[in-house]
Parts: sequence; C-alpha cells; structure tokens
Amino acid sequence: MLNQALSNKRKSFELLMKGLMLLSVALTAALTLFLLVYVLLQGIPNITWELLSTKPSYLTESIGILPDILNTVYIVLATLLIVLPLGVGAAIYLTEYATNRKVVGMIEYAAETLSGIPSIIYGLVGMLLFSNHMGTCLMAGSLTLVIMNLPTIMRTTQESLKTVPQSYREGAFGLGAGKWRVVRTVVLPGCVDGVITGCILSVGRILGESAALLFTAGFAHAVNGMMDGLAAPGATLTVALYVYAKEQGEFGVAFAIAAILMVLTVLINFAAALVQKYFAKRRSL
Amino acid sequence: MSMITVKDMCLWYGDHQALHHINIEIPEKSITAFIGPSGCGKSTFLKTLNRMNDLIPGVKITGDIRYEGTDIFSREVDVNNLRKKIGMVFQKPNPFPMSIYDNIAYGPRTHGITNKVQLDEIVESALRGAAIWDEVKDRLKKNALGMSGGQQQRLCIARALAVQPKILLMDEPTSALDPISTSRIEELVMELKEKYTIVMVTHNMQQAVRVSDYTAFFLLGELVEFGKTDDSFSQPQDKRTEDYITGRFG
Repeated sequence: MLNQALSNKRKSFELLMKGLMLLSVALTAALTLFLLVYVLLQGIPNITWELLSTKPSYLTESIGILPDILNTVYIVLATLLIVLPLGVGAAIYLTEYATNRKVVGMIEYAAETLSGIPSIIYGLVGMLLFSNHMGTCLMAGSLTLVIMNLPTIMRTTQESLKTVPQSYREGAFGLGAGKWRVVRTVVLPGCVDGVITGCILSVGRILGESAALLFTAGFAHAVNGMMDGLAAPGATLTVALYVYAKEQGEFGVAFAIAAILMVLTVLINFAAALVQKYFAKRRSL
Repeated sequence: MSMITVKDMCLWYGDHQALHHINIEIPEKSITAFIGPSGCGKSTFLKTLNRMNDLIPGVKITGDIRYEGTDIFSREVDVNNLRKKIGMVFQKPNPFPMSIYDNIAYGPRTHGITNKVQLDEIVESALRGAAIWDEVKDRLKKNALGMSGGQQQRLCIARALAVQPKILLMDEPTSALDPISTSRIEELVMELKEKYTIVMVTHNMQQAVRVSDYTAFFLLGELVEFGKTDDSFSQPQDKRTEDYITGRFG
C-alpha cells in the first residue's frame, strides 16, 4: 500500500492544482511589482531639489511641493496629538474600568463599523461639522481625520491591553496598588507596542487620505509655520497629487508625489515591523 | 489569638453559590493549610480574605469577615490598605516585566516610599527574608523574567514581604514548580511563620502535613473540618475528611 504510486489521475490533478496556485502567486507579485516599478520610473526622474524646496508660482510658472510636504507633516502631527489621548484613553476605560460588558460590546461594534465607512462620508460630515464653523483649513481636516482614526487607535490599543497578562494586574492589586497605579505602571507599559502600531497605521492612513480632506482642508499651496498652517487651507501631498493630475494635467509632478508617497509607505511599514520585532524581543525576555 | 475571624460567610458567583456558611478563626503566626479537591472553593475563600474577589464581576458575599477585629467589607476600610496588610502569593509566579529591584520596590513605592536609601534597605531585607538575596544580589538591575520558576516564586514572596504585611495568603504557591524549588519554598514558609501568619492553599496533602500547623478541609463549598494538622490527619472528626485524606476520592 505504502509504496504504491499515486494513480495517474491523481498525479495530474496534484500537478494542476500546484500550477494554478503558482499562477495566482505570479500574478499577484507581477501586479504589485509592475505598479511599484511603473510609479517609481515615472516619478523619480521628476523629483528635483527645486520641486521639493519651493512653492508653486504663477509668475515663474514653476511647481514646488514644499507647502504640501509641510501641510502633510502638520496634519499628521495635529491629528496624532488629538487622536492619541482620546483613543488610548477610551481603550483604557473600556478594557480596565468599564463594567457593563453590553455597552462595551456596543461601542466596540460601533468602532469596527466606523472603521469600515468610506472616507468620503467622513469628509462630508467633517465639512458640515468643522469647515462650516472654522472655515476650510488644515485643522478642520485634521479633526475629520481624528474621527476617522479614532477607531483604529482605540481598537489596536484595546487588543494590546488584552494581551497584558491578568496575573500582572493581580500581582499589583495584591500589593495594595490602586486602579490607576496598576494601569499606569503595569498595564500601559505592556501595551506601548499596540499604541505605536496604531500610530503607524494611522499615519499611513492620513498620508493616503484624499477624499475626506478634499471637503475640509482645501487646496492651497502656501508655506506656513505650524500654527498658521493649521488655521489656513492647504493641500496635503495626496490632495496635491489629485489636483496636479486631474486639474492641471501635470502628470510628471503627480508621479513624483506618488513616488514619494510610495517610498514613505514602505518606510512606515518597515518601521511598524521593526517596532513589533523590538517589543516582541523585549517581551520574550 | 486569631488574626482573621470569619462568621457565617457565603459567596455567590452570579446565581451559583460557591461557599456555604463558612466559620473559621485563623490563628496568628502559624501556617494554616486549606485542602480539598479541585473546585471545592478553597482558592475562592482565600481570595476573599484580601478582597481579591472584588475584581471578579458578579461576586456576592454575605456574612462577616474580620481582620484584627475590623470588618473588611466596611466602608471605612481602604481595600488597598487591607491588601497591604494581607499580602498574596499566586499559583503561577507572576513577577512584573521589570528589574528584580523594581519588582521588590513596587509595593513600597505604591505606598509612598521614594527615598533611595530606604528603598535599598527594604529591597535587601525583603530578598533576605525570602532567602534569595545571595542568588540575586549581583543582578538586581536584571529583568526578573530571566529567573527560573522557583526563583521567580521566591521573588514574588519577597515582593509581598516588602510591604510588611501581617498575613501572607498563598494560593498553591508550589504547584507550578519542580520538587527542589518546592522544598525550598516549603522551608522558607516554615521560617516565615515566626513573623507572619500564613494561609496556604494546597492540593498536595503531604505538603499540608509537612508544613502546616492547622488544616481546613473544604468540600463542595463547605468547610468540613478545621483543626490542628496532626489531629485532622490522625483522627479526622468527619467521615468525609477521612475519606479524602485516605484517598477514597479527590
């Protein structure tokens, strides 16, 4: 029985299935590679120091994306600054303090749903909620992104809080530590990796966001400091990409921005992997 | 003199009654062992004594539990202070993922001691008290999770001693350890009873005989028998105790 060879029919079926799976891998890899290479080939030749370091001018008929880079940095910083305390705080409350499991379940479900909503809806709501009161400005965009990223930060923090062993909490309570001390000294240090992962995911999402910002943050290309910048309308890199490609037909600039965004995304994913590795190592010690 | 007096105490998890009308007086500076088959309520009862059961939702407790005459459930009692006086060592060693030093200093820092010299003294005396000082004195700054299981458990005992409790509750402190670590912990526990009142849950009857002065036998949520260990094991008063310690069930 054991040394009997497979029947020819089964052999060819095995071969066929293996071939099909190989084909799907090849297609997936080829598509990704094509996209990457195409964008980089189109984009990199258009990246010049002048493009990176100036703002667009109608007088000299030149295009620079410095304001868009700055706007992106501002909006990322402002959003994280607001969303982090909110999301982490909510996660801590829900996992450590809340006693009504039903309400917690409902909030978690709502958060899950919220993170699946198309971003243009956030844009629409953000426009009515924020832009109509404070004007079209980066801050309005940032607040919209806060709502959008809140579920992500909250859920990743929560998941990470759940991985902190219950025995740590028991040990600390057993020594007479109060709730907040247990959270601050034992629970929070154990979930830093989750918070950082959430942050990195959010940064990636903010970088890639256009629809929500089209409604709320505007399209201006002015070089500002952080505070003035947040109060003024401005385009992030992704929005600028849309504007240059769709409205001005500047495909070279659009591809340059695309290449920059792509490299940034790779770097962010790389950072996320690095952080996770670092904390996994520290935890297993 | 008794450190803890329990009168007519019942405990429910939701609708399920886990402990029925427990009455017991735990004597000072001695080792009291709680024995009984799995699920008999001995650990649940132990965790009631320093109100660790407060952390579990849906637990309801009736009756009277007094620590040195004070009702531990009264409004005036600060639960954190109670747990400072009644320390706990858990079944699985649970050092925090910090340095050995910070583990021991955690309790004292929690209760407001920040002076470095004072902390150093407490850490040393707690580690000496748990008979582990010589093994760790050169690596106090190393992560506690790098120690062996037996060392971790003695570290946890030292951590509990560092807040100067009066009573130590131990929930099967050796069940996750090898025989050599177990005998070291047993020796340590017998030394500790000179200064502390010790209540220990164990599923190992030989351990109860070896270490304890008093034994309480639990069955199906009831305290069946409580008395001097020698008496309980040589002349059990209750047929069920006899059946259990002679291995007829368990």
